[in-house]
Amino acid sequence: MATTQTAVSTRGRLFVRPTWTRGIGSWLTTVDHKRLGILYIVSAFIFMGAAATEAFIMRLQLLTPNMNVVNPDQFNQLFTMHGVTMVFLAIMPLGIGLANYFVPLQIGARDLAFPRLNAFGYWVYAFGGLMIYTSWFLGGAPDMGWVAYAPLTSLSHNPGLGVDFYMFGLFISGIGTTGTAMNLIVTIVSMRAPGMTMMRVPVFAWMMLITSFMIIFAFPPLTIAFLEIILDRTFGTLFFVQEAGALPILWQHLFWFFGHPEVYIIILPAFGVISEIIPTFSRKPLFGYPIMILSGILIGFMGFAVWTHHMFTTGLGPVVNTAFSLTSFVIGIPTGVKIFNWLGTLWGGSIRFTTPLLYALAFLVTFTLGGITGIMVAMPTFDAQVHDTYFVVAHFHYVMGGGALMAFFGALYYWFPKMTGKMMSERLGKIAWVFTVLGFHLLFFPQHLAGMLGMPRRIQTYPEGIGLELVNMLSTIGSWVMGVGLILILAGVIHAFLRGKPAGKDPWDARTLEWTTSSPPAYYDFPVQPVVNSLDPLWVEKHPGAMGGVTAPDPESGKAYDAHGIHIPGQSWFPFVAALALAIGCYGLMYDNIIFAIICGLAFIFCIFGWAYEGVGGTHLHLDLAEEGQ
Amino acid sequence: MSDIRHTRYQSPLAPVRFYLLLAIPLLRSVLHLLTDSGAKTLRNAPIQDPKEGIVPMRWLRRVLPVAVLAPLLTSCSLQGMQSMFSPAGSIAQEQLDLFMWTWYLSIPVMIGVFGAMFYVLVRYRRRKGDPEPEQSHGKPAVEVILTVVPVLIIVMVAIPTVRSIFRTQSHVVATSDDIQVNVIGHQWWWQFEYPDLGITTANELHVPVGKRVILHLNSADVVHAFWVPRLAGKVDLIPNQNNQLWFDTNEDSIGIYPGQCAELCLGAHAYMRFRVVVSAQDDFDSWTAEFQKPVVQTVASDPLVTQGRQLVANKGCIGCHNIGNYAEGVTYGQPQFPDLTNFGLRNTVGAGVLDATPENVAKWIADPQSVKPGNRMPTLWAANDPKRDQEAAAIAAYLLSLGVADTNQALAHASTGGN
Amino acid sequence: MSAEASTAATGAVAAPYRSSKLPDVKLMMWVFLASDTMFFGSLIGTYLAYHNRSLVGPMPRDLFDIPLTTVSTFVLLMSSFLMVLALHSLRESDIGKFRLWTLGVAVFGSIFLGFQVYEFTHFANAGLSIHQNLFGTTFFILTGTHGVHVTVGVLWLVSLLITSYLRPMQAKDAVYLEIAGLYWHFVDIVWIVIFTVVYLVEFL
Repeated sequence: MATTQTAVSTRGRLFVRPTWTRGIGSWLTTVDHKRLGILYIVSAFIFMGAAATEAFIMRLQLLTPNMNVVNPDQFNQLFTMHGVTMVFLAIMPLGIGLANYFVPLQIGARDLAFPRLNAFGYWVYAFGGLMIYTSWFLGGAPDMGWVAYAPLTSLSHNPGLGVDFYMFGLFISGIGTTGTAMNLIVTIVSMRAPGMTMMRVPVFAWMMLITSFMIIFAFPPLTIAFLEIILDRTFGTLFFVQEAGALPILWQHLFWFFGHPEVYIIILPAFGVISEIIPTFSRKPLFGYPIMILSGILIGFMGFAVWTHHMFTTGLGPVVNTAFSLTSFVIGIPTGVKIFNWLGTLWGGSIRFTTPLLYALAFLVTFTLGGITGIMVAMPTFDAQVHDTYFVVAHFHYVMGGGALMAFFGALYYWFPKMTGKMMSERLGKIAWVFTVLGFHLLFFPQHLAGMLGMPRRIQTYPEGIGLELVNMLSTIGSWVMGVGLILILAGVIHAFLRGKPAGKDPWDARTLEWTTSSPPAYYDFPVQPVVNSLDPLWVEKHPGAMGGVTAPDPESGKAYDAHGIHIPGQSWFPFVAALALAIGCYGLMYDNIIFAIICGLAFIFCIFGWAYEGVGGTHLHLDLAEEGQ
Repeated sequence: MSDIRHTRYQSPLAPVRFYLLLAIPLLRSVLHLLTDSGAKTLRNAPIQDPKEGIVPMRWLRRVLPVAVLAPLLTSCSLQGMQSMFSPAGSIAQEQLDLFMWTWYLSIPVMIGVFGAMFYVLVRYRRRKGDPEPEQSHGKPAVEVILTVVPVLIIVMVAIPTVRSIFRTQSHVVATSDDIQVNVIGHQWWWQFEYPDLGITTANELHVPVGKRVILHLNSADVVHAFWVPRLAGKVDLIPNQNNQLWFDTNEDSIGIYPGQCAELCLGAHAYMRFRVVVSAQDDFDSWTAEFQKPVVQTVASDPLVTQGRQLVANKGCIGCHNIGNYAEGVTYGQPQFPDLTNFGLRNTVGAGVLDATPENVAKWIADPQSVKPGNRMPTLWAANDPKRDQEAAAIAAYLLSLGVADTNQALAHASTGGN
Repeated sequence: MSAEASTAATGAVAAPYRSSKLPDVKLMMWVFLASDTMFFGSLIGTYLAYHNRSLVGPMPRDLFDIPLTTVSTFVLLMSSFLMVLALHSLRESDIGKFRLWTLGVAVFGSIFLGFQVYEFTHFANAGLSIHQNLFGTTFFILTGTHGVHVTVGVLWLVSLLITSYLRPMQAKDAVYLEIAGLYWHFVDIVWIVIFTVVYLVEFL
């Protein structure tokens, strides 16, 4: 390729900056948002595989009453790890990974605003997740449920190391998530293509902006809660020591002040994905774009005003329960509006039943059902029955599993051609869809009834004769069916890598900017800075005048913005090493080896200084477009 | 709020329940067709004219109910010992009513959303020669209507919800007529104290029918949740915090209601069960009297009981457990272990895990971990100890004789399995 | 090409297009501070939740010395004033004064930390520790976290100061001091909240 590159910086005196373009070193030092996006997505799916395995073992244990597949302790570890993994290590990173890859492409940016921070965010997430998983081999996984209610986490009730792995692992991965969210905010606010006003930002990027704001406000309370437990267990403070008069309920407040926004942190990216898939496959713009954005913002705000609906049974009194019940109802309104607007987008369209659209439809159905049960559990009177039962388990699996996860499966099928340049098999995809969706409903629908028939959650067995046999058996059979679906999805990915047809730039006849790049996009993303003058820039380019007479801007106009070349940020070791120092330093604290922890801490501080003085670095790229045949 | 119990409970959803009553027989007959017995009647029906009884139809008749209506099928067993669909008190009834109201509201919502979706997918599927769809960004009028619809639905849910919150969850002030019980959660059993009656017992809450019961909930270790689905729903037991839960019963409520801890408390959480025994006032009074009468040392006619009584001391049982009728004026054990006073009156053993038959009690004493994995009861014999089974049976016999006036009666009572 | 290469070597490359007028680093700092507000908010919330819940002494009123803490608060406030002067000097490209005022901020910050160390030692001698009671736990962790923030700020300013000797600093680099200043003012404001909520409330 005819390009010229100029070095931006020669500041790095201490270390030579890495410049590998292939091999393992290139991945460890990468700051490219696309590579980091792929790392996120692959890691998230690996963690999801682990979580699914844990779920299968649990379902097997619950197949019939009084099974003995695992003992109560192992069962506690299984559901804790399943929850932690799905929430913190699989679904949320999937959204962040997709955002990493596609937000810059959708808004016409060349990378995120702080590429090395982005790399750091990934590595602390990866190390934090791995750290939690090492607990299986180092004396037992955490066993107090993913919500880790105090005082189950105090040394006197839970002396094992599992709790420490949970706290430290999520603590550092939380720091990474917060950093990445800040990065995304700056990127979306500052790095939109010329002409892309906020009301021309694609919905997925918009939802990621809202999600990122929720992350930066919701994660600090969680981080503080983790910190308090860590200090209690490592340094003997009294935050949750009940003999000293501490209030275990404080943990629940801190946790759920994070925990409920977290639900929307997970589901808003999924809303964004659905809002990309449905317009593409009905060949229509999104119905009511401004209302979709507004409802997303409303959900983001209200998400912070509903946390005690997880605590209706903790004796807060009728006034508090009423207030939070009403705010929870109110959040149902923008959510309902979103569902209607997706139907409005399909209405009058020309609908093509591809695999991504099928997942979007499955999302609509499951999410509607999850929304209805959501309204039900928001009624404190009814919640007094079903709180902490399988009804709630069914509800949040309908929202987070059947909602967010289905949407992300759709995103996988939708964006896979863009990420790899290869199409996934439609036939295999549809077969997998049938198994996944049917299995899902068979797995989780009976759990509503199980809860109402008297089955609490987090029990490793249930007695015979109180009517729980049939629902549990159906549920376990459902897990097998869904398992087949998941394996078929994996098979589809492998098949696409081996046999996939070349995708081309725009395989779905889509509408947004990411489809104007090659598949997979070159490392510099856009050869010319895109310029935008409408909501669906690619559609306007393909169909001049179709949308209210708008025609695409002159493609030459973007070149003026590239007069100084395309900045390619320099690779760096510091994010990786800093994250590593942080992670192994936590082992030092866990095993009470303070000296080792301090050495790691100093290494971390050294990395931060090295990072700061190394500078952004990198090269400026001058593409010779004529030779490239653009 | 003390006047709450004097107002006759009138559900705000009474009219709805009227229609529900109409619907139930209809539903029942449908369900009957779908359940086993229904299927059997169908299967055993005389085969009609071969021309009429087409094979696919017969096949369909069997498969359709199972495959298509599987979720409905399960609803035939919604009644149950621990099911919120079998309420036995006004609070549980109100909780169920509220659910049913939202459930009926959600049916049109589902029909609307899924129906519209189905229509759109069929009507607007891509066909050859379709014109390009109109590139419309939305229609404000439609959007406003679509926003108003969820608002209306929410309002219809919110009004009965708020009313029911204040009726069922308001803090009540006890009157002398109420039964007050301090409930203390332990890993993994329940302590019930009747401060007005001077009774301490474990894992079995006795209340007289028709009276309001006020529970003061607290925990000795971690967070638990007191959940008795057919009477009261649940409230958490949280250390350093006093919570309240109240419920009442009506004349049809006499019976035994299982409950369970609903908040993860590690170890034997799944086995942290209990029973609420709602009995007639007379039965309740005699139960109370058994606790309040002075301890009289009687010589048991059954040598097994005598042996058991000695073993309780020799094996160290009273190091942990108090047994009020063991010796006058002496308190044994420690408060963090279940009180075994008048154990013979209990229906279950091991915090509601097994029925208190002599065999089950002996099994529990001989090897508690096999009955309730993770619990804190020590195993008193080596697994191969030849004396184990006999001694466990003796202790069981002694325990089951407690609180029963005559030892033989005690054994008779126990062998019927209580419950 | 060579012209561009030479501009690149001095780092004077024109910034790429941005859709917002705020520099990226400054926007980043605002976002970070928004997040940090919740961080301190949770710690202060914990402190308030456990206010007057300690089972054993010493209690806040036995220990707090309002005049002393007022002095240290005043020192911290004054450091914010010096920070404004330092930023102004750098914008005017007056490197000498920039160094003076920045050093002043760092020194005032260190004096504040000195007060805190004195206070902590004093409290420890009076029997308060993180293991003693809920007040000790919440007080030390809250004010300690604030102290860590001040320490980070001092380190940051010192490294800016050292940097100014290593490579030329110009008015266009003011944004790097500006974000340090934003951070410093924020930490200052947090202290005022802590001073009010933790110290003054005891003597209302």
